[in-house]
Amino acid sequence: MITGAQLFVKALKAENVEVLFAYPGGQAIDLFDALYDDESINIILPRHEQGLAHAADGYARSTGRAGVCLVTSGPGATNLVTAIATANYDSVPLVCFTGQVPLSLIGNDAFQEADIVGMVRSITKYAVTVRSRESLAATIKKAFYIAQTGKPGVVLVDIPKDIQQAMGSEDYPSSVEIRGYKPTVNVHIGQIKKAVAFLESAQKPLFLIGGGVRIAHAEKELTALAERTGVPVVTTIMGKGAIDTDHPLYFGNVGIHGAYGANTAINECDLLFSIGTRFNDRVAGNKDTFAKNAKIVHIDADPASISRNVSVDVPIVGDAKNALKELIARTKPLALGGWIQKLNELKAEYPVKIESDVLNPQDIIERLNTLFDALIVTTDVGQNQLWTTQFLKLNEHRKLLTSGGLGTMGFGLPAAIGAKLGNPDTPVVAVVGDGGFQMNIQELATAVINGLPVIICLLNNSWLGNVRQWQELYYGKRYQSTCLKRRSVCPKHCEGSDKCPPYVPDFEKLAESYGVAYRRITLKDQIDEAFSFALSQKNVPTLLEFMIAEEENVYPIVLPGKDLSTVKFGKEDS
Amino acid sequence: MKRKRWLALFVENDVGVLAEISSLFAGKAYNLDSLTVGVTADKTISRMTICLTSDDILFEQIKKQLNRNVNVIKVIDLTDSFVAERELAYLKITDFKPENLYPLFEVVKQFELQILEIKSGEILLQSVNSFERTDELINKLADGKYAVEVVRSGSVAI
Repeated sequence: MITGAQLFVKALKAENVEVLFAYPGGQAIDLFDALYDDESINIILPRHEQGLAHAADGYARSTGRAGVCLVTSGPGATNLVTAIATANYDSVPLVCFTGQVPLSLIGNDAFQEADIVGMVRSITKYAVTVRSRESLAATIKKAFYIAQTGKPGVVLVDIPKDIQQAMGSEDYPSSVEIRGYKPTVNVHIGQIKKAVAFLESAQKPLFLIGGGVRIAHAEKELTALAERTGVPVVTTIMGKGAIDTDHPLYFGNVGIHGAYGANTAINECDLLFSIGTRFNDRVAGNKDTFAKNAKIVHIDADPASISRNVSVDVPIVGDAKNALKELIARTKPLALGGWIQKLNELKAEYPVKIESDVLNPQDIIERLNTLFDALIVTTDVGQNQLWTTQFLKLNEHRKLLTSGGLGTMGFGLPAAIGAKLGNPDTPVVAVVGDGGFQMNIQELATAVINGLPVIICLLNNSWLGNVRQWQELYYGKRYQSTCLKRRSVCPKHCEGSDKCPPYVPDFEKLAESYGVAYRRITLKDQIDEAFSFALSQKNVPTLLEFMIAEEENVYPIVLPGKDLSTVKFGKEDS
Repeated sequence: MKRKRWLALFVENDVGVLAEISSLFAGKAYNLDSLTVGVTADKTISRMTICLTSDDILFEQIKKQLNRNVNVIKVIDLTDSFVAERELAYLKITDFKPENLYPLFEVVKQFELQILEIKSGEILLQSVNSFERTDELINKLADGKYAVEVVRSGSVAI
């Protein structure tokens, strides 16, 4: 007989958990006590539960293993909420354990009691409060199984304190049967044949690839299929990297900041062959005009993603890797010379670029392409994310981790910490803005105390730049609440940057106080030196503060709610 | 086409499962007409009957979303296949006058109602009818200018 807490530790070991992201508290203290005797699990103590779960998320995205979180009840649990939603939206396998007040106190408004299961119901794949010591082992097994199979997601297991303390069996099951959960893995061959027939009769077929291909680790199969058939490939932000971005058949990202050529390909193709994307509004723009000339094939692990945003001619439910293998076996080279030529012309005529003589994000991101072979890049959300997804080259050795679905500011730094813990030998770079960086800036301490040499590329324009851009383009330059230099003494209508108060905080002093290496970069020719300085730091993180132009915008941009061809290419283009 | 649909749902008989199903409808702004739930012969499984109004595309999505829930064991569309669908309703007429007795008896006969109680100024009726027929009954009583208090169980179907 062992306690529930001892069983919890045994379960983690049985699930081969190597890193546990954990923040203690009164209702989780028994679980932490049981961990005291364990030597095998690396227990990371972040500085905030949100940062904790984003770190677990970065670990999971970069390793393909479940990220595991442990926090206390009440505020410990509620602080997870944004990070849980972030991970679940992007189909990241997380298993979150929350302490809970004893069963007898649930519902009594006890100290640090929160109905966390009720709160996360719509943002988890599965969430449950353990109601008996006997069911604890099976529930944990179930949690790891559900989180990592089918379309991966977040599972939350809420463990009341009395169950942590109660004695019971020491058995941990090796498998679990869940009658309501049977993920579709194998694909329907009849549907595959139908898809192949569509593909072979198309004149202008196009592969649209989403994050599902990366989640299924089907990059090789996708590349093989593209090469076999000669069909061009475009990706969503989450799908970028599913095929080498230097591959001659790759034509860029689609969506509201996508490459013009890629979006035109969507508009002009006669067969949109999509895998692992849900046609989110950021991808589709106006869904009534999206791919209006095309038949649509859609492969997805989640039946509910099919025919939700756009109606589909050939739905195929199943694992992307299996589907791709079946397709490779049944397809032949197609004659698509004219179509490919047209896309190449568009690509050459409308490159995604920033036209600017001063230090700009394109220079910085492109330096990541030339200076690093293997690399993991995380981003925050906003312009920093969009520029990164536009300019970063990806392949099997270079990964991008970004909050694509929920779009969570504050993701970049903690996700980089998690990624570095899971990939100690790979350089990890967080590209962040000055807004999002400050949302989880406390995690600098986590990086320092764990000796993690992550490189933080802070693109400081002193604005919440993406909202500022929208205010500039669509709201008559009425910059409400987007200037981060603004103080209470500033006039309501800002008169310009020469009278601005200094930025708060001073990032150089901040870095110094955390023991973080620091460089400020104001000119293009300082970029290389800054990166070699960062690479020479073996045990401490580096903050590279790039002072970019305040008014730098992300282009191209598809006008809100409009067809993907309705595009603005720059400031002068109105 | 927008129309009424019926679903039978077999779910785990656990704490919070009803909340999961109802909050799915709330969170995704699906229109729910009625939801009933009771335990089946297998005590670990509950059966829900859900009546909703939707078009074909949304209905497909709703079924997929329900199927995606780990606690949902099976989703059956009863819309075009059920052999029995009934709803229990109690109707209390609170301004009952003896001169209304005859017209009311007509209604009782027409809708096969049971009279459960008559006391001064009040009459309590029980209806076991289809969802649509119960609507009809309530409209009829309201049109007849009766002050009527209604409680409906929601449909069950098999």
